[in-house]
Amino acid sequence: MAGAIQDLTKVRHTARGRRATEEGPLARWTLIVIAVAFFAAFLLLPLAAVFAEGLRRGVPLYFKTFADPVTLDAIKLTLITAAIAVPANTLFGVAAAWAITRFEFRGKQFLSTLIDLPLWVSPVIGGLIYVLLFGSQGVLGPWLQAHHWKIIYAMPGIVIATVFVTFPFVARGLIPLMEAQGVAEEEAALTLGARGWQIFLRVTLPKIKWGLLYGVILANARAMGEFGAVSVVSGHVRGLTNTVPLQIEILYNEYAFASAFALASLLSLLALVTLGVKTYVEWRARQQLDESQR
Amino acid sequence: MRRILPGFSLTLGFSVLYLTLIVLIPFAALAARAFSGSWQHLWEVVTSPRVVASYELSFGVSLLASLINGLFGFITAWVLTRYRFPGRRVLDGLVDLPFALPTAVAGIALTALYAPNGWVGVLLAKIGVTAAFNRLGILLALVFIGFPFVVRTLQPVLVSLSDDVEEAAAMLGATRFQTFRRVVFPAALPALVTGITLSFGRAVGEYGSIVFISGNIPFKTEITPLLIVAKLEQYDYQGAAGIGLVMLLASFGILAVVNAVQWWNNRRLNPTN
Repeated sequence: MAGAIQDLTKVRHTARGRRATEEGPLARWTLIVIAVAFFAAFLLLPLAAVFAEGLRRGVPLYFKTFADPVTLDAIKLTLITAAIAVPANTLFGVAAAWAITRFEFRGKQFLSTLIDLPLWVSPVIGGLIYVLLFGSQGVLGPWLQAHHWKIIYAMPGIVIATVFVTFPFVARGLIPLMEAQGVAEEEAALTLGARGWQIFLRVTLPKIKWGLLYGVILANARAMGEFGAVSVVSGHVRGLTNTVPLQIEILYNEYAFASAFALASLLSLLALVTLGVKTYVEWRARQQLDESQR
Repeated sequence: MRRILPGFSLTLGFSVLYLTLIVLIPFAALAARAFSGSWQHLWEVVTSPRVVASYELSFGVSLLASLINGLFGFITAWVLTRYRFPGRRVLDGLVDLPFALPTAVAGIALTALYAPNGWVGVLLAKIGVTAAFNRLGILLALVFIGFPFVVRTLQPVLVSLSDDVEEAAAMLGATRFQTFRRVVFPAALPALVTGITLSFGRAVGEYGSIVFISGNIPFKTEITPLLIVAKLEQYDYQGAAGIGLVMLLASFGILAVVNAVQWWNNRRLNPTN
């Protein structure tokens, strides 16, 4: 009798405490601890190290880093580069997403693959191709030199390399969204007499704004933080072709560690803000998609 | 042909023009430069001992890093999708940190951490392990930058797996581990392989986070992208183009694997198609 009651409580415990499709608490907490420990050791610790090293010599010295004219020039160049590359890639991303999701045409798969290209080639190759094209010994090198145009080891090269590494983001953010939303509303607007731009601005844009913002944020973060591609084309001319990541490298190699990490903490803050906004925008985009599918 | 909406030639024309200028012409320049000398010279450049040593390093360490990420990425994706615990949302949001954090920042942060006088380096030194300026340092950096890929490819798959099959397995008497091994894991396997492959592809091309921690010693800790930079600094454009071409072909191979896994998975799920 006692045994039977014990069995019964066991069954009830299983029924209440955990379903058959769940692990036991021991397995569950072991896995959670492994994941959180791995995460803390490999992701949070480096982030904490940036701020700790940056503030090691005290707060006044931390802020002194940002008063250095060379550093200010680097910040300015990074802002200018992003201000050119991000809008250009936004325009491209919207156009490419419109073409790919609204029409059937030959070579669509190829176009789509091409858009992903910068995501899977080395950033160093992203710089290399422009040196081979525009560099002094490149294909167009002699011609550019004859006209006294400088692209490599100058600002235009930095902008082009940044455009290369960041052009997939807006298109990648929009294509699945616009594919899922379909064209019914645009077609309705068309039958009601709306013109092309009206359809885009009044019907499509409001539907895709969160997805668009998502791509723009990711592109901006990458544009301001790109190192490999920009490093290859910059030539490291102080005050002229140094972006913030390149300036961090220079400070670090000159053993100005506190300044290097102070500047790095600025980019880390940008990364954290990007992740925060991205999470919010992702949530809004999903909401918007659910609404449009209802 | 669905061409009812306007803007076809404008948007496609602009996209194609943009990609031609930014991608196609520069890549043509790369190929032209690589083949500008004799084939024999190109072959000698891309198979010289120092370059081959860099391939072995880049591909070997990247493979190891992506497998480590496969294991911990799986656990993380599982924990994030299946369990509720304090801090879960923060963890979920920060998984993408290696995407968002500039590689140069990651590079100096990891170096500061694992250098013999760094927070972790001091602890490792006590057990006689050096983790900076050698291959272990490269591995640690690659684990960092490749981490999000496995988690982000697995998460949607683990969410979409329906409870029914797991309940059925449990009712048929399977233990939880048997259900995992025979039901859940096979369903998640294609996404896991895709995630590991993406992480591997990213690791092979990685530059910024490695140059600080690797020490860049020829034949020992010199990765292939760094060799391209070195060739460019010596104005050996053809050598740089040759090695670049090899890396590009490797990337094509990795992309082909990703597509093959997706194709295989689609066929497995929809045998009639």
